[in-house]
Amino acid sequence: MEFRSRASHVKLNGAVKAYGVGGGGSRVSMYLVAPDVDVSLEDFEQYALDRLRVLIAIEENRSRGKRAEEVDSAVSDLWKKHMRTVHSDAQQQKDVISHFVLRLVHCRTEELRRWFMEMETALFRFRFKAESPESQKAFIEDHKLPYKSISSGEFEAMKEKLAQVMRSSNQSASLIGETNFYKVPFEEVLDLVATRRVYVHQGHAFVPRDQLVTIVSNHFRSMLSQSLILTNRNWTAMFAAQEEDRLSPILEALSKRYLAPDYSKSVSGSSVALQDLDGLAMRSFPLCMRHLYLKLQEDHHLRHGGRQQLGLFLKGIGLKLEDALAFWRGAFAPRMPAEKFDKEYAYNVRHNYGKEGKRTDYTPYSCMYIIMSNPGVGDHHGCPFRHFSAENLHAALSGMRLEPKTIDEVMEKTRGRHYQLACAATFEGSHNCQCDGINHPNQYFSQSQNYLKEQAENASQMETDS
Amino acid sequence: MGADNADPMDEDRVEEVGAEASADSRVVYEDFSPDYLRIYYARLFPYAEIYKWLSYGHDGKHPGCDATIMSRREFSFTLEHDIYIRYLSFHDVAEMEATIKSKCPHKIDIGALYNVEPAKRSAYAGGSDRVFASVERELVFDIDMTDYDDIRTCCSGADICLKCWPLMNVAIKILDTVLREDFGFEHLLWVYSGRRGVHCWVCDTRARRLSNEARSAIARYLTLYKGNENTTKKVSLTGPSLHPALSRAYEICRGYFEEHILPNQGLLRSEEQFDKVLELVPDESVRTQMRDRWKRASTSKDDVSAIRWKHLKQTLENKKLAPSVRRSVEEIVFSYTYPRLDIEVSKHMNHLLKAPFCIHPKTGRVCVPIDPLDCDNFDPTTVPTLGQLLYDLNNEGGKAGPEVKDLEKTSLNAAVRLFQTKFLDPLQRANKAEITCSYQQKLQQTSATNVLSW
Repeated sequence: MEFRSRASHVKLNGAVKAYGVGGGGSRVSMYLVAPDVDVSLEDFEQYALDRLRVLIAIEENRSRGKRAEEVDSAVSDLWKKHMRTVHSDAQQQKDVISHFVLRLVHCRTEELRRWFMEMETALFRFRFKAESPESQKAFIEDHKLPYKSISSGEFEAMKEKLAQVMRSSNQSASLIGETNFYKVPFEEVLDLVATRRVYVHQGHAFVPRDQLVTIVSNHFRSMLSQSLILTNRNWTAMFAAQEEDRLSPILEALSKRYLAPDYSKSVSGSSVALQDLDGLAMRSFPLCMRHLYLKLQEDHHLRHGGRQQLGLFLKGIGLKLEDALAFWRGAFAPRMPAEKFDKEYAYNVRHNYGKEGKRTDYTPYSCMYIIMSNPGVGDHHGCPFRHFSAENLHAALSGMRLEPKTIDEVMEKTRGRHYQLACAATFEGSHNCQCDGINHPNQYFSQSQNYLKEQAENASQMETDS
Repeated sequence: MGADNADPMDEDRVEEVGAEASADSRVVYEDFSPDYLRIYYARLFPYAEIYKWLSYGHDGKHPGCDATIMSRREFSFTLEHDIYIRYLSFHDVAEMEATIKSKCPHKIDIGALYNVEPAKRSAYAGGSDRVFASVERELVFDIDMTDYDDIRTCCSGADICLKCWPLMNVAIKILDTVLREDFGFEHLLWVYSGRRGVHCWVCDTRARRLSNEARSAIARYLTLYKGNENTTKKVSLTGPSLHPALSRAYEICRGYFEEHILPNQGLLRSEEQFDKVLELVPDESVRTQMRDRWKRASTSKDDVSAIRWKHLKQTLENKKLAPSVRRSVEEIVFSYTYPRLDIEVSKHMNHLLKAPFCIHPKTGRVCVPIDPLDCDNFDPTTVPTLGQLLYDLNNEGGKAGPEVKDLEKTSLNAAVRLFQTKFLDPLQRANKAEITCSYQQKLQQTSATNVLSW
């Protein structure tokens, strides 16, 4: 591993070309060795960001309880969307480079490593599963994995035994012959061996093709696990010091992913009434939601991204469905009659509350998700600290009635790309208490409410005392 | 014969012992005594063979040999008065021999191969890079007759006899077949535990490198019998057919059940007995039918159990019965004969297990190897005892010439020959091939694609 000192470019040095060459020209990679290329700093960060978007979206999809096929199709779309390149042959390079950069980002703590491993394994699993059988076979051969598909002669000889095993574990034996069977070392499928759900002979276990995806994914996971430890060791020993000003800040920013609990179920007992929203928006909403709220009042409209971001946030703070419908209907009223709203927008509100379609309860977006989003022209969602220009941000902060000292602090943090610390600074400025960092807009809200409640209690306590 | 002072063994005393005995051939030798043990370790214990086994070929001169392999193996001793010492290791066979002779352990256990010498382990505590950890260890199994106490009527507790010993044979046959055919292992050492059971050591390299999870998985693959005295049905077979490993095991079990266990234990002789068997049939009408029929009949005939078993099988073959009821034939056979192994022994790399050729202090019998292909001819009641060996030494010793080795004068010779020819020789050949081969591979390896970079 090598990082040359030329400021604008990073050279990733590895001994051998990494990506899947050979035989079937498989597009999936095990990321064994870093590619031997020069990467511009912009690409270094952008590629990583794009991949991170995919990984975070995988996490969001999984946590929403979607079915496996849905997650698969979502991943497919995400991959196509984010990992596209101008030239198609650069795509594999982007895949590998982005992986290695994220490896650097996520090697330093156990938590980061675990998250990265989980998401990368899920991504790998999806991509490997989508490959054709020939391609999968080529992949296994290229990487010299000890899994062999059995010849038809071998299959005929053990067909009866395979069927017997299926029947003994109450599985249908009619699948035999339609699926390809693979011969793998028995150590790879210990669960199946322990419960006698697989045919074992001379130290090999004979598994159907869909089991193979799991085996290869497990192998991928354990390789990645070892690599992450190695990367950490190498980085800390060799590069952390010299890259302190150049790569380290980028890696640091990329690693600040939201890890706290989600706010899909609003805290018990706390529900907000429709009429309180105005007051709450002024006092306890984080800047992103406050901005959306004000824009909604101003324009009597919000585009989809904004409706989602604000709508889920409101659900998270405890706004009930009927109140939410009333809120949005009322907010849109000057520009559209109620019937139009009911026809075109009400469905989406109900959908967010899990009352339509497959009825999944959507979780409010975390800071990372919001920071990663891409608001376009006419959008007001996203993270103000990330997406606003400096003047607009300054203006918005003044609107929050913060002291000039606080505003300067916030602007400085923003320039350093520490968006969540900037938000925390706004919290500290508007509430008289400390805040270490904001990971989720709903966290801002609950912290604010807790503080204000405490203040109110203290005040009434003093009244009764005196 | 008892001597009460703990003098170290010397040649004079042996002669004395010999002279006393041959002078009066009516002297009775105890099965076991610490003094006999001293002589055993001095003259008969096969140090070279054990050392060769555990070195796995690395005690040679080939450049691929790892000379540290023996010094990283843990041994533990149980001395007289139950004093226990762990984390012993030896640099070479001479040291092993000297230590055993001087300490005269009543039991020697073999542990795992560690990454460093067990004696130096305290230097490796703490810190993520320097840990004292096991790296290799044979896959082992322990079958103990007391786990079958609920079905034995001939003996109980520590006793064994030829009526119940066939249970061990069936276990040996089934485990041996599974380990060789299903898992592809070749170098298995079966050893009599000296009293009431057998041990199996699987010594293939692949077996020695198995993780604890893999050991557990293999043990569970081999487990069928679950439950304790509170559960009635301890073997429960689900699914329309048996796993091929179980149907193969059934053929072995059925033979032993019908030829040995059923008649020897009189499983269907008394009412108390056949009630226990009938409990395993999940059909009240069949149970009642059998009970009525058997209560009326007389029990004087010798083969009453066999006849009744035939009745039961015929009744259960009735296709009108539910499959789960017809399945109870297999369940009964398995309940009484399928191997019952102690999973805990097999699961952990660090588990210490008694070494072959130890003497069992309670019986004086030597832990001799058993040939799995000939296990039906193994008779635990005729295994040489320490006393017997001493008798051999003293008596044959007189007759044989000086060029005859001590071992060859005794009945232990056959056991050591068996160890050498059936187990050690094939293992040595495999070791040599393996060391040569992996050395070649190491020489050829350049920075290949499989090397992990960052």
